[in-house]
Amino acid sequence: MSPFACIVRRDLLLAFRRRSDVLNTLVFFVIVVSLFPLGVGPEPNQLRAMAPGVIWVAALLASMLALNRLFAADFADGTLEQMALSPEPLFLLVIAKVLAHWLVAGLPLVLIAPVLGIQFDMPLDAIVVMMVSLVLGTPVLSLIGAVGAALTLGLRGGGVLVALLVLPLYVPVLVFGAGAVVASGAGLSAQAHLLLIGASLALSLVLSPWATAMALRISLD
Amino acid sequence: MLEAYRLEGTRGDRTLFRGLSFSVAPAQLLHLAGANGAGKTSLLRILCGLLLPAHGEVRWGGQPIAAMREEYAAQLLYIGHANALKDELTALENLEIGGTLAGRRCTRDAAFAALEELGVGRCAQLPVRALSQGQRRRVSLARLALGAGGGGGNGAALWILDEPFAALDTAAVAYLENLIARHVDAGGMAVLTTHQPLAVTAVTMLRIELDFEMDARS
Repeated sequence: MSPFACIVRRDLLLAFRRRSDVLNTLVFFVIVVSLFPLGVGPEPNQLRAMAPGVIWVAALLASMLALNRLFAADFADGTLEQMALSPEPLFLLVIAKVLAHWLVAGLPLVLIAPVLGIQFDMPLDAIVVMMVSLVLGTPVLSLIGAVGAALTLGLRGGGVLVALLVLPLYVPVLVFGAGAVVASGAGLSAQAHLLLIGASLALSLVLSPWATAMALRISLD
Repeated sequence: MLEAYRLEGTRGDRTLFRGLSFSVAPAQLLHLAGANGAGKTSLLRILCGLLLPAHGEVRWGGQPIAAMREEYAAQLLYIGHANALKDELTALENLEIGGTLAGRRCTRDAAFAALEELGVGRCAQLPVRALSQGQRRRVSLARLALGAGGGGGNGAALWILDEPFAALDTAAVAYLENLIARHVDAGGMAVLTTHQPLAVTAVTMLRIELDFEMDARS
């Protein structure tokens, strides 16, 4: 097995043996989204209008919440040193870790989102667009978040610092992701928005693993 | 050949050592000694390339390691203070992952044989959480015995070991000393720190004593 596949498999296995962590993220997502109707009232038109934004913001927060787990355990038990000393380039191992992280922290959000969409009485085609935008957008969140998580590794109060570092960078994904759903709800084409999210995915896939690897080396120093 | 050229190590604003030069040739063992806080671990991490020296450089085969990170990593086996084991995984899974991560083909049989050799074969299927401190150390050190038929350490030429004897019982210490001696005897290199007197016989042993107090005066 290649080191890349080995890391993906290991992280999935670890997530499976620590299932509660995965569930926490998911439950957080569902609860945050469900709180809004309780807060702003049960007016259907209003709920339908704010659904894309609410679901996207909640996805943002949920995926940020999971960031702390990305490198912290490997840093604490010394596995990260071994990764940095592996003959495999560190950025490849970073991609493997981010991929595994997305599979356990991002993908479940995408899969549960339609249920939440129905809760907000979203039309079917808007739900489909929302899923597409989440499939393209949540990996970007994981990739950008990885840089923040790597930079704040081993710092006290790193959790809040990650939020401050990463949330501003999440803004474009939020704008285009929620924008796509709003556009499709208004009967317009969501293509432009989705293409822009796709572009940010391509860009972050190139830049973020490299930046994360650099940040990890600094954190290990 | 591993060479250190005029290394200076600092931690915070404290200088740990300065102008430190030495070389380790094949079939040589370097024993780093020194009091707690003298900078042994920092020096080992510099030799691995995890830590950048404030001055000087580490060379492998005449080339600075910063310029050949992946090739150097393929020759290196580092076991640090931390065991790099996952509590949730079994000893066997941990060892397989460790071997694969080090870029070597690591079969389940080879991993099991290595655990057997370190005397933790019985615990192979237990999650590491259930193991004692000494057993964990043995599982971590089993990476040295991986592929022991072909020189041990799965082909790594240079072993860098940080306090390998910590938490081990006397039988394991003797076994490990023997393993290191075989590795060095077969043309390998080893750099290690320990507070115990080293009983590795029949190999060329170098010894460097790090002494912060002396450095501070000079």
